[in-house]
Amino acid sequence: MTNMAEDLKAEAPLAGAVLAPATEDRRRTDRRRSTRERKKRASDLVIYSMLAVLVVALMVPFIWMVSSSLKENNQVLTVPIQWIPSEFVWSNYTDIWTRIPMMGYLQNSLYLAVIITCLQVLTGSLAAYGFSKVRFPGRDVLFLAYIGTIAVPWQAYMVPQYIMMQNLGLTNSFNALILLQAFGAFGVFLMRQYYMTIPDELCEAARIDGLSEYGIWARVILPLSKPALASLALLTFVNTWNDYMGPFIYLTSNRLWTVQLGLRSFVGQFDAEYAMIMTGSVISVIPILAIFLVGQRYFIQGIATSGMKG
Amino acid sequence: MTTETIPSKVAPAVGRGNRKQARRNTLIGWTFILPNFLGFLAFTLIPVLAAFALSFMEWTSFTAPKWVGLANFQRMIASDSFWVALRNTVVYAIGHVPLTMALALLLAMLLNRKLKGIGFFRVAIFFPYITSLVAVAVVWNMLFSPDNGPINQFLHTIGIANAPGWTSSSDWALPAVIITSVWRDMGYYMVLYLAGLQAIPTELYEAAEVDGASAWQRFWNVTIPSLRPTTFFVVVMLTVSSFKVFDLIVVMTNGGPGRSTTVLSQLIYQEGIGEGKFGYSSAISLVLFLIVLTVTVLQFKIQQRRER
Repeated sequence: MTNMAEDLKAEAPLAGAVLAPATEDRRRTDRRRSTRERKKRASDLVIYSMLAVLVVALMVPFIWMVSSSLKENNQVLTVPIQWIPSEFVWSNYTDIWTRIPMMGYLQNSLYLAVIITCLQVLTGSLAAYGFSKVRFPGRDVLFLAYIGTIAVPWQAYMVPQYIMMQNLGLTNSFNALILLQAFGAFGVFLMRQYYMTIPDELCEAARIDGLSEYGIWARVILPLSKPALASLALLTFVNTWNDYMGPFIYLTSNRLWTVQLGLRSFVGQFDAEYAMIMTGSVISVIPILAIFLVGQRYFIQGIATSGMKG
Repeated sequence: MTTETIPSKVAPAVGRGNRKQARRNTLIGWTFILPNFLGFLAFTLIPVLAAFALSFMEWTSFTAPKWVGLANFQRMIASDSFWVALRNTVVYAIGHVPLTMALALLLAMLLNRKLKGIGFFRVAIFFPYITSLVAVAVVWNMLFSPDNGPINQFLHTIGIANAPGWTSSSDWALPAVIITSVWRDMGYYMVLYLAGLQAIPTELYEAAEVDGASAWQRFWNVTIPSLRPTTFFVVVMLTVSSFKVFDLIVVMTNGGPGRSTTVLSQLIYQEGIGEGKFGYSSAISLVLFLIVLTVTVLQFKIQQRRER
């Protein structure tokens, strides 16, 4: 396990460079440049068009989803395929709110995602400080227990978790999901990986200046770890928003359902309402798309730091 | 803020002072860890340990727990559905791991260029990975629709007369799930491969070019060996995630048609939460855990031997 963690740490600094194109190699001499550049421009064009075709091909499911969401039901599975609807049925996007309690589903998803994210980030960063900046006996054994459980598939202990929640009378409530997901070992691991890269000397200096450990955490470490906090917050939010199995196991009454459960049940009940199903899918993805566009670099960094999603 | 926070590391105290400092550190450390630890202990650590114990017990929603030794495992080995689920899970892994890995590497190599706007292509390919699984499953289910679905229409136009029934056929449902999951996951592994590719020194390629190595030779003799640590990591992650496959199956096929796509995780759910056979389902959990553990340890060993 430690080996894996080391590998990842080594990879982390590269993460920022992954998505941003590297600056041009300046070692070439000017003389060789002019001919090379012309050749390069031609080949660039070929590569661009190749990549464009590739990306469009890979994005077909999304294109199809959006296009179908703007059609009548009987126009979705036609021969030949209509990529652009003959008539844009915008009313799908107004009707869905009354067909299923979409607004309620969105609110439930948002509520769960926000609470779980806040708790995970807060408790995760506190614990990570304890694990990386405070020395005390038993610390490393305890951290090993954290790491150890990350290696155990969640499915392997979902039954004991369920029995526990049943006995606490928490099934069919948000509290079950919050308790199960807000204290994950993953958040502690990700934050600790980042805190290990912050030099201990900074904490020492703050100690000499008279800051307490809590002060150091709040005033020195937290401001320095904004990128990691953002990574953890975004990953947790998206994971919670997209989670299907948790709500599927614990939330039975319709009024508690999340977007994912609501969408799945809609598909089960009205499997011929192709267009409306696609409208629901688009609506369920839009918040994720928005968050991803704003914070994509934190996603990539988080993934390269931790090597996993959750 | 108190004035007595003079750190012991700067002015190392001796004897009692040191011990006092150690006790104080322990206290401080625990206050940081405690909020997370309480939740972690109650809802992760204890359930993990309980899962081990439960697998040796007979316990259902109607009976009290009773120690039965290996009885659950004997029942499991004799059960047909266990072997079906295990087989499906292994087939899924055999399809999912190499395909995702190969495509992720291919995409990474295509996108590892210094071009304006290349970031957009990378982000677009990564996006499916964080799209909600239900939306992905729902869309692909329709794309795979046997009659007029876009995929079968495409297969017709390229001359395949009797296109497969995909999720409605017990032979093709698992391949349909594999295709969907490969599409969803490859962007993530592409990001890992991109990081690996960018860590290869360009001098290696220049030297190979001077030696007259062809593009193919450079790929086999420079790229592949340099990427070994990344590939190792990717294979471990992919294999582990393949054996854990759960939600995609539940949403896309729910194990059907028949039992043709039932996987281990789903069996644990059905037996444990669906039917309340807590002990028996935990025995299957233990098998799942052992498989995941074996794969991880095995791959670590292989990696270590290679490095030596």
